[in-house]
Amino acid sequence: MDFNDTPQEAEFRKKVRSFLEANAEKRSTLAAKPKGDSGSSISSAGAPETVKGEDAAKVALDNAKEWQRKKADAGFAAILWPKEFGGYGGTPIEQVIYAQEEHDYFVHSGYFEIGIGMLGPTMMSWGKDEDKKRFLPKMITGEEIWCQLFSEPSAGSDLAGIRMKAEKDGDEWVLNGQKVWTSGAHFADYGMIVARSDPTALKHKGLTYFYVDMKTPGIEAKPIKQISGSANFNEVFFNDVRIPDSQRIGAEGDGWKVSLTTLMNERLAVGDPPGLDFDQIFEASKEIEVEDGLAVKNSEVRQKMADWYIQSRGLQYTKYRSMTALSKGQTPGPELSISKLVTASKMQDVSSYALDLMDMSGMVHQDQNPILKNLFQNGYFFSAAMRIAGGTDEVLRNIIAERVLGLPQDERSDKKLPFNELPSGKN
Amino acid sequence: MNFDFSDDQKLLRDQARKFLQDKCDRKSVRTILEDNQKNYDSDLWSQISELGWTGTAIPEEYGGLGLGMLELCVIAEELGRALAPTPFSSSIYIFAEFLKSYGTDEQKKKYLPLIASGKKIGTFALSETNGKPKPNNIKTQHTSGKLNGSKNPVSDGESADYIIVAANSDSNLNYNSLSLFIIDRNDSGVDISNLDTIDPTRPACTVDLKNVTCDRLGDEGSGWEMIDNIFNRAAVLFSFEQVGGAQVSLDEAKKYSLERFAFGKQIGAFQALKHKMADMYVKIELARSNAYYGAWALSTDSNELPIAAAGARVSASEAYNYASQENIQIHGGVGFTWEYDCHLFYRRSKLLSLNIGSIRQWKENLISNLEKRNIV
Repeated sequence: MDFNDTPQEAEFRKKVRSFLEANAEKRSTLAAKPKGDSGSSISSAGAPETVKGEDAAKVALDNAKEWQRKKADAGFAAILWPKEFGGYGGTPIEQVIYAQEEHDYFVHSGYFEIGIGMLGPTMMSWGKDEDKKRFLPKMITGEEIWCQLFSEPSAGSDLAGIRMKAEKDGDEWVLNGQKVWTSGAHFADYGMIVARSDPTALKHKGLTYFYVDMKTPGIEAKPIKQISGSANFNEVFFNDVRIPDSQRIGAEGDGWKVSLTTLMNERLAVGDPPGLDFDQIFEASKEIEVEDGLAVKNSEVRQKMADWYIQSRGLQYTKYRSMTALSKGQTPGPELSISKLVTASKMQDVSSYALDLMDMSGMVHQDQNPILKNLFQNGYFFSAAMRIAGGTDEVLRNIIAERVLGLPQDERSDKKLPFNELPSGKN
Repeated sequence: MNFDFSDDQKLLRDQARKFLQDKCDRKSVRTILEDNQKNYDSDLWSQISELGWTGTAIPEEYGGLGLGMLELCVIAEELGRALAPTPFSSSIYIFAEFLKSYGTDEQKKKYLPLIASGKKIGTFALSETNGKPKPNNIKTQHTSGKLNGSKNPVSDGESADYIIVAANSDSNLNYNSLSLFIIDRNDSGVDISNLDTIDPTRPACTVDLKNVTCDRLGDEGSGWEMIDNIFNRAAVLFSFEQVGGAQVSLDEAKKYSLERFAFGKQIGAFQALKHKMADMYVKIELARSNAYYGAWALSTDSNELPIAAAGARVSASEAYNYASQENIQIHGGVGFTWEYDCHLFYRRSKLLSLNIGSIRQWKENLISNLEKRNIV
């Protein structure tokens, strides 16, 4: 057992480090922020979910694009992508190494991950050659931002229940309906969308997948204000949106299959959720006074922190186990499936408990908050979203139970009937 | 990154698993559970000794196989899976590790070959009263080369041939007054009486000492420091034993949930149970990963050991406690019958989470070691 890189891995890490040292600002251990950054320190610098106000959003987006361009020029923007589309043509272990190294730096992110991580690979698997040539290189450089138009008001965890209508009219499709929780739709240039092209077919059979230019007449993105006060998600309305059949990805009726490619890449794309972990509350506990002195000396606080430590490091070492498999060119076991489930609840517990420790001052939520600059206040709100986004706790437990442990699937009443005959709450 | 056991170590695991499936089935575990006269499975003990398991991490010059601590971790996990009713942990994780780390060459030559061959069994006697053992409640005295006092509970004390005893050389009890001494249980001043435990397959006893001849182990006054170190080493090994038991608890819960039908379907199809088993899986994987890190620290003599050991210990204790509790819950009524095996794991998990200090204590160790590291 050791934690050493192979010679090739070490070489790659060295390259990544010298790029980052030359181009980005290193984080301190504590979650202090770089100068001039108004974003939250729990997330990456200026991540869209933390930016408030239109001017700040514009600045953050410009910064992010500038950083993405540098990353793309150095070849690190899409490590797993083939070179012909501007990728690095690298291995999963190189992707992990890059992410590990970048984690130590303040970099602008949160705009391109969905495209590079999920939508690009979908286009590579299912798209036409001319589309790949036209779109993939600009996805990497950040010149064009993509969003994923999947969830709808009546289809979240049960994604195949979407109702967005796609009706064929000659060589065109007409889209009508509503998407929701679409990250970045308000600044995205393009989107990938799954819609119902045949309501008389079975639920999973009547879907078709397209890409759309977000400036197409009839598309309107309205940001949804979240409990954190920021607005990164959108409702997106489609009103008689006409797109050519050439924008279809995959065959008519194959939308579910194509969507699965996107979703399978989601787990890889989500990667390391932002901090707020044992380290932050451990540091904070050395500054906060409770009834018998500093929180770090209080026995109950210490017991709690130990729980978070073993979860946090347990996940880190679990990742090392998966990396070991990757490093040997093997497929990792299912152990990483626990990652988001543990992380999101831990963040909620840590932030809620830290606010408790702060006592009355825990109520204060403004940028000059002396204790770790709102870290825990922001985490308190953000963690609630994390437990839902990218698979709710409940869906993740079902996935572990069914796919990892091999327990029976839930009984389904929606698999055998045409979509338009399914029972539904709204009509 | 090579955070995994080697192919040879995995082969050892497969062999150990197969051997224990054969030689340590539930029937033999129950024999020890139900027979008050038997403290451990002596047939199994001689067989695993012949295979060399007892000498796994003891150097060849002292009669062992001279393999590493990683191999011992592999064996520990398998012993935990099989609920092996043997004094392996007391004799190997603790007694042998004390001798390896602190014995003089003469002491090593005298004791280690006998321990490695399984011919003799060793254990450690620390606790004297309810609650956490600490300087003010370890009252056994060492005066003029003789020990006087009473130890309670002492794991595997009835089976032991040699016992390491923690005793004070000063009537003023403090952190620097504790030393360790090896005694022979056949000394006429040693009086042993059996105690019932929550897991009778892992027995304990009271050891009364009256003018018992002893042989000091390690430096005078450095008792607590040695205990901390050896408990850290043992904690990693126990964490593998606990992960092994936790995994079987989950496997058996899953198996039962697929066999048992209620409300017209397999109970394992109900989300309430699926999610519970998913939670068991999560805790076990976290524990396994923390145990791996402990194994790395142990096998490389890293100065991370106190933190890695405490993390492994807490994580594995919690995972096994949870898995064994919820295994009973998933079995429903039959889960708390003597006939079903759930209670074997329920007993073992709790006992293992107490024997070298409670979860609460190890959480405290973890945080205080993290504080120390931060200062450095």
